[in-house]
Amino acid sequence: MNSFWMKPDLSWRMWTVWQRDRDVYWKTFKVNFLPPLLEPILYLFALGFGLGAFVKEIQGIPYVQYIAPALVAISMMYNAFFECTYSSFVRMYYQKTFDAIIATPVSLDDVVMGEILWGATKALINATIVLAVVMAFRLVTLPHALLIIPFSFLAGLLFSAIAMFFTAVVPSIDSFNYPFYLFITPMFLFSGTFFPMDVLPPILQKFAWATLPLTHVVSVTRALAMGTWPAQGWASLLWMGGVTVLMTYLSLALMRRRLIV
Amino acid sequence: MSSTSTPQKEPIIVARDLYKTYGDLVAVDHIDFKIYPGECFGFLGPHGAGKTTTMKMIYGFSPITSGHLTVFGLPVQSHSRQIRARLGICPQEDNLDPDFTVLENLLVYARYFGIPKSVALDRALQLLDFFDLLHKKDQIIRTLSGGMKRRLLLARAMINHPEVLILDEPTTGLDPQARHAIWDRILSFKEQGVTILLTTHYMEEAERLCDRLVIMDHGRILVEGRPQQLIHDLVGHEVIEIYPANGFVDRIRERFPDLEVETYHNRLEIFLRESDTEVTEYILEHLQPPSLYVRRATLEDVFFKMTGRQLRD
Repeated sequence: MNSFWMKPDLSWRMWTVWQRDRDVYWKTFKVNFLPPLLEPILYLFALGFGLGAFVKEIQGIPYVQYIAPALVAISMMYNAFFECTYSSFVRMYYQKTFDAIIATPVSLDDVVMGEILWGATKALINATIVLAVVMAFRLVTLPHALLIIPFSFLAGLLFSAIAMFFTAVVPSIDSFNYPFYLFITPMFLFSGTFFPMDVLPPILQKFAWATLPLTHVVSVTRALAMGTWPAQGWASLLWMGGVTVLMTYLSLALMRRRLIV
Repeated sequence: MSSTSTPQKEPIIVARDLYKTYGDLVAVDHIDFKIYPGECFGFLGPHGAGKTTTMKMIYGFSPITSGHLTVFGLPVQSHSRQIRARLGICPQEDNLDPDFTVLENLLVYARYFGIPKSVALDRALQLLDFFDLLHKKDQIIRTLSGGMKRRLLLARAMINHPEVLILDEPTTGLDPQARHAIWDRILSFKEQGVTILLTTHYMEEAERLCDRLVIMDHGRILVEGRPQQLIHDLVGHEVIEIYPANGFVDRIRERFPDLEVETYHNRLEIFLRESDTEVTEYILEHLQPPSLYVRRATLEDVFFKMTGRQLRD
C-alpha cells in the first residue's frame, strides 16, 4: 500500500478534512478577512494611483485598471501557497494533526487532497474579497468579471498542489524561504502583473510562459476582468490543469513516502 | 488479572512470520502472535524493541515488509480503511487538535468516521462525562493538564465504539492519580468486551491490566504468557535483595548451590522458587548484611531476566 506509484487512495472522506480546516477558519473569520481586504487597497493607492500618475496607461488601459486584476490573481497565489506550505506543515509536523486523522478511516491521500481543496477554497475566498474591492473602485467589467470567482478555485488548486509538493519534501519549516524567494517573488514581479510581458527579452517570455504558473493565471484573470478571453486562454487552462494533476499526484506520493514508513 | 480469554474463539488479530525493516534496520523480526476477542494483550519491551512498529503495522501506518497480518480476518495491506473504522487508537504523543475545544475535538474526530452529528454529540458528551472532562468541554486544548489530555485522547479513541482499543504507553509521564484514573477506564472498557492492545514500560501496569503479554527485544518475541505464570515460571516466588553485595556472593553460592543468584552494581538478588525462610535466616545469622530486603517476585524481574540490564538510549 505504500508504493510511490500506487493509484491514489481517495474517497469522499477527503471533505471531512476540508471541513476541519473550514471550521477552524470560521472561528477566526473576523480576524481573517481584514488583511485581504486592506492589502489590495494599499497596492491600488501606491501603485495604481501613485505610480499610475506617471505611467498613465498600459496597452490603452489606465494603469490602476491594468494592475487591478493582477492583484486578484496574486491573492489566489499567495493564499493557496501559504495555506498549503506553512499552515499545512504546522498541521502535519508540529500539531501531528495528519497522524491523528489517519488513525480513522480517512487515508493519508484523503488528508493531502482535503488540504489542497481547502487551499483552493481559501484562494477563492480571498480572491473574492479582493475582487469586491476592485469592483468597488469600478476597475472591472461586470458581470463578466464574476467568472474570476470560479476561476480562482482552479488557480487555487494549482498553487495548492505546487505548495503541497514542497511541504512533502522540505526538511524544516525554514526551508519554505527557498520557494518563496526563488519562485513566488519572481512570479509576483515578472508574470505580467505590474508591466506587460512583451517588454521582457523573448527568451525570458518563453521561460515565463513555460514555468511560471502565475503568467497564465494573470492572463486569464485580466481578460475576464475586462470581459474578454485571451487568445491563448484555452492553452493556459490546459497548462494549469496538466500541472495541477501532475503536482497533486507528486504531492500524494511524496507525502506517503514521508509519513507512511 | 482474570482469565477471560477463551482460546476456542476465533482470534481477532493474527500475525504470522511478521517482518519489518527500515532500510538496514530490522524493526520486527519474524514474529507470531494471536489476540483473542475480549482480552487485554500487552507488548512489553525496552526502547527500540519493535512494540510501536508492531502497533503501527496493525493500524496501517507502517506497511509490513513480509509475513501475514490480519485484523478482523482482513489483511492489513488491502483493508486498512475498513480495519481502522473498527479500531480505537490512542497514540503515545498528544496529537489532539489545538485549533479546537475539548468537545469540538471529539465532534471533528467523529466526522472522520462518518458518524452523524447528533449521534456524535451524544457520544461525545457521554465520553466526556465518563472521563471527568465535562466541565472542560469548552476549553481550548492548551489549557488542559497532561492527565486530562491523556483522558481526552482515550475518549477520542472510543468515539467510534471500537472493537479493539490500541493503547501506546497510555500512562507514560502521568502522576499516580492520573494513572489510576486511566487504568480504571481501561478496565471498564474491557468489562464491556472491548479487546485491548497495550504497550507499556510499566510492569505494574502490565501486571494489572494484561491477561496475556509478550516481552519483545530487538524485534523478537522473547516470551509469551500470562503475567503470573511468567513470573512463576521464569523467576519464582520471592526475591531477596542484599546491598552491598561484597563477598557475600561466593558464600551464598557455596551454601545454596541450587539458588539463582545475580549481582548488579554491587547489589545482590537471590531468586527463590518457593517461600523459603531458611535462606533468609542463614543470611541474617551468618552474613549480617547492612541491608536486606525480601519481596515478592514481579514482572520487572522477568523483564530484566529476558532483556538484560543494559541501558537503551
